[in-house]
Amino acid sequence: VRSPDLGFRLGIGVFAAALVAIVAGIGAVLANDSWLSLQRFGLNFWRTSNWDPVAGEFGALPFIWGTLYSSVLALLLATPVALGIAVFISELCPQWLRAPLIFLTELLAAIPSIVYGLWGVFVLVPVVRAVELTMPESLRALPLFSGPPFGVGMLAAALILAIMVVPFTSAVAREVLKTVPMTQREAAYALGATRFEAIRAAIFFARTGIIGAVMLGFGRALGETMAVTMVIGNNPQVALSLFAPQYTMAAVIANEFTEAANALYLSALIEIGLVLFIITLLVNILSRGLIWSMARQVPVKAAA
Amino acid sequence: MMARRTPPARKVLSALFVGACGLAVILALIPLAFVLFFVISQGVQSLNLDFFLNNPRPVGEVGGGMANAIVGTLILTGLAAALAVPIGIFSGVYLSEYRGSRFASTVRFAADTLNGVPSIVIGVFAYAVVVLPLGHFSTLAGGFALGIMMIPIIARTTEELLLLVPNALREGALALGATRARAVFSVIVPAALPGIITGVVLALARIAGETAPLLFTSFNNAFFSTSLTQPISSITVQVFTYAISPYEDWHRQAWAGALVLVTIVLVCSMAARIAAARVGRIRGQ
Repeated sequence: VRSPDLGFRLGIGVFAAALVAIVAGIGAVLANDSWLSLQRFGLNFWRTSNWDPVAGEFGALPFIWGTLYSSVLALLLATPVALGIAVFISELCPQWLRAPLIFLTELLAAIPSIVYGLWGVFVLVPVVRAVELTMPESLRALPLFSGPPFGVGMLAAALILAIMVVPFTSAVAREVLKTVPMTQREAAYALGATRFEAIRAAIFFARTGIIGAVMLGFGRALGETMAVTMVIGNNPQVALSLFAPQYTMAAVIANEFTEAANALYLSALIEIGLVLFIITLLVNILSRGLIWSMARQVPVKAAA
Repeated sequence: MMARRTPPARKVLSALFVGACGLAVILALIPLAFVLFFVISQGVQSLNLDFFLNNPRPVGEVGGGMANAIVGTLILTGLAAALAVPIGIFSGVYLSEYRGSRFASTVRFAADTLNGVPSIVIGVFAYAVVVLPLGHFSTLAGGFALGIMMIPIIARTTEELLLLVPNALREGALALGATRARAVFSVIVPAALPGIITGVVLALARIAGETAPLLFTSFNNAFFSTSLTQPISSITVQVFTYAISPYEDWHRQAWAGALVLVTIVLVCSMAARIAAARVGRIRGQ
């Protein structure tokens, strides 16, 4: 390396290093500031469900339950739709329709969370409530649909999360499908495959990357805050019922952070933030690893 | 009987599959249409000059607006850009110039990680780093939180666009005896600049719609303020406050705020699309 280049490299390297330092800093600062709660409660913090800040009792099980439950439900709803869109745009749709459809799905992703929340409160929740009210008694006996129909609750949260995750997952899945070599499809067609069979072959080829895309959407859902906060009902309980108002990790931070009157309360909320950070970090690393390993196995792309 | 054609069952299955994919597209566009319909129809009713010129008024007094929140959002996004544009662009240059190096893959990994960190967690971080030392909520803290969210978006966009610049340009500059820094800043970055600016605008639009990282950093302010060390109002936090309030008039204003936010997003993404198409034409694609 020539010396003037070294100066240049160091100069811009400082900025790049700042980016790395920020990520490391987030982890370090959150761990440091949740120390009080980590020390006081240890693992019991995540095993108990009594959240009573006034009494100084902090059990965060309902929040992690609500976060995982709502995200898994959203994933179940969003994945088929997202993959359908990805396949439609990349494999099926006529050329002229492609750009407008991509624009519309990107718009779906670009609408701010708070706007989805506002729409959720005033439009979606009343609809969900009406649906809950018309649910026949025989179904209401099931634990999945038990409890009074509030409108706000797990179902509304899962629906709004699904709407928000769909464009994200479908965009990544579309990118993944793009890396499948055309020869894969041509080979299938040459063997007499129908459209579905050829696309199935392409999806099979891209399966690792598609799982990565779905997980990336899962990571998004885990951390989604405003829209969920506004429709999930904010009641810390571990319940299976879709109708039950529940709570998520992101929502409790959003709602209670400014109210945290003492150091222990604040520290407990920061610990929830720390764990949310770690979970999303792991999900992201895993999904990017899957997408990367899929992209790497495509020899054509390296040559192109 | 010999089957000479594709057996019908397979054809039917294939047609069903194509239909299901089309249905998925429609399923996703229904909520988009509904959200846009309600935001526009409810928002237009409540959007008037008062909304842009007046500050919030107490419940019951008509004619309140979001002037302070609009200015607040402008200041917050401006601060965010001041933090994120240099770090983001220089990191992006590093990623593309030294793309093979081990440090570059660390930086790329950090950028993707930071991009996936929930915005509420960024808010907690900004609270710990800026609000706690200062002792109170401030515009600076909000701008810091938004800036951190912007950095990875700008870095990755810059990297991608720089990689599109033809290698011949770089070689030409180096052949004329330019240093690497000269080649990058006089030839390569300018060639990609329209795209980079588009990327920054899109990042700004995304950041302007963020609420969670502002809740306990810039907080909210019922009054007009431009102070960097005081709490400041923003459109998003104001919409949140109004949406969860029990007052009809405030709900009305929340819809108006949502319409402003959606308009910002729409205008920015349309502008980005047009700019990208124009750049594509100039490059002769």
